[in-house]
Amino acid sequence: MTPTYNRRSFLKTSSLAGGGLLLGFNLFNACTSPTNPNAVTTIPKKELFPEDWSDINAFVKIATDGSVTIMSPNPEIGQGVKTSMPMIVAEELDVDWVNVRVEQAALNTDWYERQVAGGSQSIRQGWESLRKAGATARQMLIETAAKQWEVTASECTTENGTVYHKASNKSIGYGELAAIASTMEAPTEVVLKDPKDFKIIGHSHPNIDNPAIVTGKPLFGIDIQREGMLYAMAVRPPFGKKLKSVDDMAAKAIEGVKEVITFGDKVAVVGNSTWNVKKGRDALVIEWEIAEALESSESQDAAMLELLKKPTKEPKRKDGNPDKAFKEAAQVVEAIYECPFLPHNTLEPMNYFAHVREDGVELLGPNQVPNWARGDVAKMLEIEESKITVQMTRMGGGFGRRLYPDFVKEAAEISKLAKAPIKLQWTREDDMQGGMYRPACKYLFRAALDENGNMIGYHIRGAGINMDNTVRENNFPAASVPHYLAETHNLKSNVTTAAWRAPVANFLASAEQSFIDEVALAAKKDPVAFRLELFDNALNTPVGEVGYDVARFKKTVELAAEKSNWNNKAENVYLGMSAYYSHNSYVAEVAEVVMIDGSPKLQKVYCATDCGIVVNPTGAENQVEGGIIDGIGHAMYGKLTIKDGEAQQNNFHNYRLIRMGEAPKVEMFFVDNGESPTGLGEPTLPPAAGALANAVFQATGKRMTKQPFSDFKVLG
Amino acid sequence: MANFTLQVNGEQHQVTVSADTPLLWVLRDTIGLVGTKYGCGIAQCGACTVHIDGNPVRSCSMPVSSLKGKTITTIEGLSNNGDHPLQLAWQEADVPQCGYCQAGQIMSAAALLKENPNPSDEDIDIAMRGNICRCGTYNRIRKAIHLAVKG
Ligand code: FES
Ligand code: FES
Repeated sequence: MTPTYNRRSFLKTSSLAGGGLLLGFNLFNACTSPTNPNAVTTIPKKELFPEDWSDINAFVKIATDGSVTIMSPNPEIGQGVKTSMPMIVAEELDVDWVNVRVEQAALNTDWYERQVAGGSQSIRQGWESLRKAGATARQMLIETAAKQWEVTASECTTENGTVYHKASNKSIGYGELAAIASTMEAPTEVVLKDPKDFKIIGHSHPNIDNPAIVTGKPLFGIDIQREGMLYAMAVRPPFGKKLKSVDDMAAKAIEGVKEVITFGDKVAVVGNSTWNVKKGRDALVIEWEIAEALESSESQDAAMLELLKKPTKEPKRKDGNPDKAFKEAAQVVEAIYECPFLPHNTLEPMNYFAHVREDGVELLGPNQVPNWARGDVAKMLEIEESKITVQMTRMGGGFGRRLYPDFVKEAAEISKLAKAPIKLQWTREDDMQGGMYRPACKYLFRAALDENGNMIGYHIRGAGINMDNTVRENNFPAASVPHYLAETHNLKSNVTTAAWRAPVANFLASAEQSFIDEVALAAKKDPVAFRLELFDNALNTPVGEVGYDVARFKKTVELAAEKSNWNNKAENVYLGMSAYYSHNSYVAEVAEVVMIDGSPKLQKVYCATDCGIVVNPTGAENQVEGGIIDGIGHAMYGKLTIKDGEAQQNNFHNYRLIRMGEAPKVEMFFVDNGESPTGLGEPTLPPAAGALANAVFQATGKRMTKQPFSDFKVLG
Repeated sequence: MANFTLQVNGEQHQVTVSADTPLLWVLRDTIGLVGTKYGCGIAQCGACTVHIDGNPVRSCSMPVSSLKGKTITTIEGLSNNGDHPLQLAWQEADVPQCGYCQAGQIMSAAALLKENPNPSDEDIDIAMRGNICRCGTYNRIRKAIHLAVKG
């Protein structure tokens, strides 16, 4: 029996035939360009490269000198998991963080669970298993020492990478134990630390890749260079069109262009540099033909407004008798909220390296769900998944776009046809015009108030492009109101749509929270007091299923109100509250607006977050701030429109992203409640735009119901 | 294709590329200095910022043929050991999220500090306006620039 198998048994015992993980993949240094022999990928925190590494389990390797390598299983898109996930392992392993190096693990479904960057779930779902990985390794090291000293393991303690037996005054470093420990059976049960003893979790540790980032080391997919690698760029059909003919004469005449490849309705140019294949690609003369309807935003907008007039057959949720409530209401408030398509615009445009050989396939690059990519490529090439290796680079942003393996499949197909390792590069224009947008959508909101200003009925009806469900029917204010109706319409389109940071919530939250302020105004109630009243209803007399923890949500709103001096605000500032629960975290934000030369200016956002235990405060704060600035930026400026099947914006000269001077200051606060940690990559984005809209209303009396807000003239 | 001699980070590089190739792609594909990033290709995002004779320039929009006799500095050559005050401040303020924009941000900031060794918030906002951070790290960037000034 090979002990290797058993010592990883706490993960999965089924099959571990794959191997290879612990060979220490280095994504770049095996593959530098001939002119750049010195490129290296990661700078370890300590410049040492010990020879003798022992792998304790799939997450932990320890060298004879006591240095520790922790494998980071999940894709890093800027959400910080390459730092925070290994921190959790290191905490339970009980080592000093300065002695830890982090390596990105390749895809290995036998060893790791859920190697996905999506839904803000890495920390939440990895919490238990990462802690166990560290604790199991620690236990094996303790048992090794105890055996050597002939004492019982329970008498031993650990601290900073050393095992102690205090009674006999003995101590030994992990490095001296690792080789033997790595041959041991893994314990099936381990004791986890009491959170009050955490030394790494809850303390700030900077992004593990900072040294490499600030010195420009190769880290990203776009940085990949291999011996013999060719570059590729492709043309893709507009929505509703297909390929009719290609004239590649001019393209092939471009210096450096090696080949023009037609695959499906796409055409790729392969050659010796990014620039040359771009020139070749631009020289292609392509005729498209119409295959389906050529759609436009204008007609889609009209169709969605029509849908908002129609009830659906099956509501997503219905409590009480909404019809009756609205008929008998003393007052009905009604509004429509609208948003456009948004491209993800990761700053690193899509790219991918693929090498399809006779005997197997190598995939390497930025992808949020490597497992899907492998499955799709296996199907497309009709080969077994086991013949495909997948490695992940650091990603220049994800925001949901890299959940989809379309560009991975393109790279694999081009590599197969070109019979060469290739790096596929999308230009910004390809990226912005290539679809997979945050769907445009619209909502009709109605609220019924009784004569005392109590909300007795609430109705939401959404219509969105390719959206199975535009509503979050069990989320707030459901359960707080006796008569409730949520309906959703789907407008099918050949314009491709995708998950975009905080799907659905990214606009729904802002619309709903703006509308709640409209209702509060009609009820003559303070916006915060009105929300608290609704929470109390949900706490004391909940109606139907409650899809959120009312007490935690309420506390978050109270904290944001307190920190922003809601009840005690300065004369010349205007505040707007907005709160939303998504991805298992509760977030309340207050936007602070001042009037400058007659125009409202957003100067600050106060943010209260309940995401349970904060694993890495500096990383968490970065996510909170980034999510808010992203939410504000896209609500202010983001707008992509389609005309006759083509996106009308294609680069940053006609598609505006928020810039430095426009970003608000952010003051943030975390609810300290010791709950298990939940995600932070998305939840602070959804409420941001609603907070801004509500504050602008306070300042100007104008209600911005349609994004982008920059189309409203109230803003300077 | 034509031959060009480029002076990059204190070293001479002979390259053979088409004359219209932007410096960005010569640096990345030919010389193998990939720290300078591509984000838009039209001088709108700043990810490709390098210094030419000390001035910040968008290398995506600078054809290689225009660089005769000029001195080019990229993020890899900003300091010898990654210890330029901005590189240190960036780590101290833990600026990066995805990190993709940051080389361009640092190069723009380095050019600003050469011109204006003690910039105000407003000076910073103006100088850094050409650099997009899609992840929204702007406030930390501003903080890191101030930190670098304090040393
Ligand atoms: S790539 Fe040069 S400015 Fe965007
Ligand atoms: S850190 Fe991601 S673009 Fe700036």
